[in-house]
Amino acid sequence: MLSRVAESIYWMCRYIERADNVARLITVNLNFILDQPAGQSEQWEPLVNITADDEWFRKKYGAPDRLAVLNFLTCDREYANSIISCLRNARENARSVREVISMEMWECLNRFYLEVNQAVGSGPEALFSSQDFLAAIRHYGTLFAGCLDTTMSREEPWYFGRLGQLIERADKTSRSLDVKYFHLLPSVQDVGTPLDENQWASLLRSASALLMYRQKHGRIIPNKVVEFLILDPNFPRAMLHCITRAEEYLHAISGAPMGTYSNAAEQRTGQIRAELAYTSAADILRGGLHEFLDRFQFKLNRVGDAIHEIYFALQPAGAR
Amino acid sequence: MIANPTEFLTADSGVIGLQDYALDGFFDETIGPNGEPRASSRRLIERIERMTYAELVSRQHAAERALLHLGITFQVYSDAQGTEKIFPFDIIPRVMDAAEWRHIERGLKQRICALNLFIHDIYHDQRILKENVVPPELILSARSYRAACAGLNPPHNIWCHIVGTDLVRDRDGTMYVLEDNLRCPSGVSYVIENRRIMKSTFPSLFQNVPIRSVSDYPGRLLDTLLHLAPAGIQNPQAVVLTPGVFNSAYFEHSFLAQQMGVELVEGRDLVVHDGHVHMRTTRGFERVDVIYRRVDDDFLDPDVFRPDSMLGVPGLMEVYKAGRVALANAPGTGVADDKVVYAYVPAMIKFYLGEDAILPNVPTYLCWREEDLAYVCDHIEKLVVKPANESGGYGMLVGPAASSSECQAFAEKVKQNPRNYIAQPTLALSRAPVIANGRLEGRHVDLRPYILYGKDIFVLPGGLTRVALRKGSLVVNSSQGGGSKDTWVLAESPSNGDATAC
Repeated sequence: MLSRVAESIYWMCRYIERADNVARLITVNLNFILDQPAGQSEQWEPLVNITADDEWFRKKYGAPDRLAVLNFLTCDREYANSIISCLRNARENARSVREVISMEMWECLNRFYLEVNQAVGSGPEALFSSQDFLAAIRHYGTLFAGCLDTTMSREEPWYFGRLGQLIERADKTSRSLDVKYFHLLPSVQDVGTPLDENQWASLLRSASALLMYRQKHGRIIPNKVVEFLILDPNFPRAMLHCITRAEEYLHAISGAPMGTYSNAAEQRTGQIRAELAYTSAADILRGGLHEFLDRFQFKLNRVGDAIHEIYFALQPAGAR
Repeated sequence: MIANPTEFLTADSGVIGLQDYALDGFFDETIGPNGEPRASSRRLIERIERMTYAELVSRQHAAERALLHLGITFQVYSDAQGTEKIFPFDIIPRVMDAAEWRHIERGLKQRICALNLFIHDIYHDQRILKENVVPPELILSARSYRAACAGLNPPHNIWCHIVGTDLVRDRDGTMYVLEDNLRCPSGVSYVIENRRIMKSTFPSLFQNVPIRSVSDYPGRLLDTLLHLAPAGIQNPQAVVLTPGVFNSAYFEHSFLAQQMGVELVEGRDLVVHDGHVHMRTTRGFERVDVIYRRVDDDFLDPDVFRPDSMLGVPGLMEVYKAGRVALANAPGTGVADDKVVYAYVPAMIKFYLGEDAILPNVPTYLCWREEDLAYVCDHIEKLVVKPANESGGYGMLVGPAASSSECQAFAEKVKQNPRNYIAQPTLALSRAPVIANGRLEGRHVDLRPYILYGKDIFVLPGGLTRVALRKGSLVVNSSQGGGSKDTWVLAESPSNGDATAC
């Protein structure tokens, strides 16, 4: 297939996944605030910190208060990773590959965009008077993922779409764990209290993981939550699961047998997968959770770079 | 976001009748001067007359919904929000009888043949200029003349492979050629989709009417393209080159690529190396042999034409000149659809073929001639004045519809750059019935048939009937509030002999 078409499908799926996950991150933070002891000021800075676009934010908005952060992440058409910008980008990508994707995918995406585009016009205050808006985004995100899975042949377009989705999802799961890191507890003594436990449960819920976690581990134990969201091989939003699938699809595209690699994307993905598969939650926490997540995000970016170079930005030797 | 063009229709339960259908002195495509349906439309009108207005409107809405769901939309350039609109569609077909179509078909083949010889001549010996049949300064000053194409020999010496010719009928029933579109004529996707939608929303109309099919166009287009492939190539690869999703005809580009089963590419998908054009795929480079380009000459190759073009492929023209890739249409064909050059087509037909034009031109005043300019300025309120090198109905003046100060201002513009303008008498364009205001009303129409020039010349039996949906309007362009109708060409009855003979 054409490189441009592969790239558009990859980004279309990444952007939809990103919009869905930004909504999930906001949900985590809203729930943290709801659980806070009375009299504590609301923490919105963590949401800005994890985007790694904090400098851009400060220049436009100044202090990270509630409305500013919500506007930044949902309604801001100038910010490339706000929900509305993600959906616009996803739709633009879809428009350029309509002869390749299924009618159902196009219709789902088109309605997703049109509805959110209309909703964000009312501004963050009205939008967040309840969590309906966030729930609607998760709903559409799930619908889109379902369309991708049920209407596309398991051929290159589907593999590239899934790759975009999985890489974005792994990255965002790692960032949601970072929210917990940036969200300061009132004091060190609060570690392990009901407040702390509530926060971990919120984190799981926003990843649609609470029930699956309970079935596997029962009680909320921080180590186990870290293990579940990072190292679980079977939960679809867990980082290891995402990376394992991504590696599989890269091999399906190239035809190289698993356990070997034929290009840098496969090599880097395989390295990340091996690292996750052969480490433990205790190891991760000992070295520092935030530091681990930081390194993971960096390595994942390098996988994205490799996919770009190998499949999208093909240049003939010595060409202009 | 997406406008519904028939919101103004109100459902009504009255039966459709033609008793109060007004001809207003115009030639009507469907209804004869005596108020009775023409022979070719009789069966159609009988069926429509049996329906209620509400029924017709509900079919109309069904057709529009189908267009919207299929995403058959176009973009309006001047609209800042990039609004997508469906191309308005009226479900009452326009019917052409076999004998008239035979005449049109012959006329179009003759015209395309002469135009192709003209383009080849212009980029080679320029006989027609040397013998002063066409003034040389006119051609060499045409904005669409491409010096870079001089001496080129496209495959089989065919330059204009895909043509859309605009025809209009005047009050007395004569069919005139209004315009030749030899660059990237668009609209054929609507011809095919309109027919498909008519069949699914209005199947009863088709019973026992021998309508010639338009559905084989994509297959014939592919044959036309592959015919151009450089000799000796097994399984040549053709592609459609689009400027991208923001182009107003993007739907058509995507549709034709899909129907032909070829890749839809943008300039950035193509790269020239090792003397060939390749496309970037996830499996490496793949050679491309024929490009159906829907990108204007100017943007085709920044090395040769506009250096700031982001839509083209650097080095493409080199490969083309070396005969290692074919382009349809060939670069340089635009020189023959300049509206000033248009005036000379009957002379070209005489010059190259020794024949009289079968389809006449609309009388045309060329403003670069002093006597014509004086006439145009004196009579501007009666004329249609058009820039020589624009399409889509942009930048023109319809004298009878303009105020006297608008006319004066336009006359000044013409005087400043007379070479750039032509004028024609305002034709009383023929009309056809559309659904409006609770009944059938006449609206002005034109016709754009599509012609493919490959191994032989093929005229698609049908074409795009464009209709000016605003009452009284003469402008049928989609960018100016025009819509379309399905166009039925009736098959020859067996006694009439071979339908496709030319």
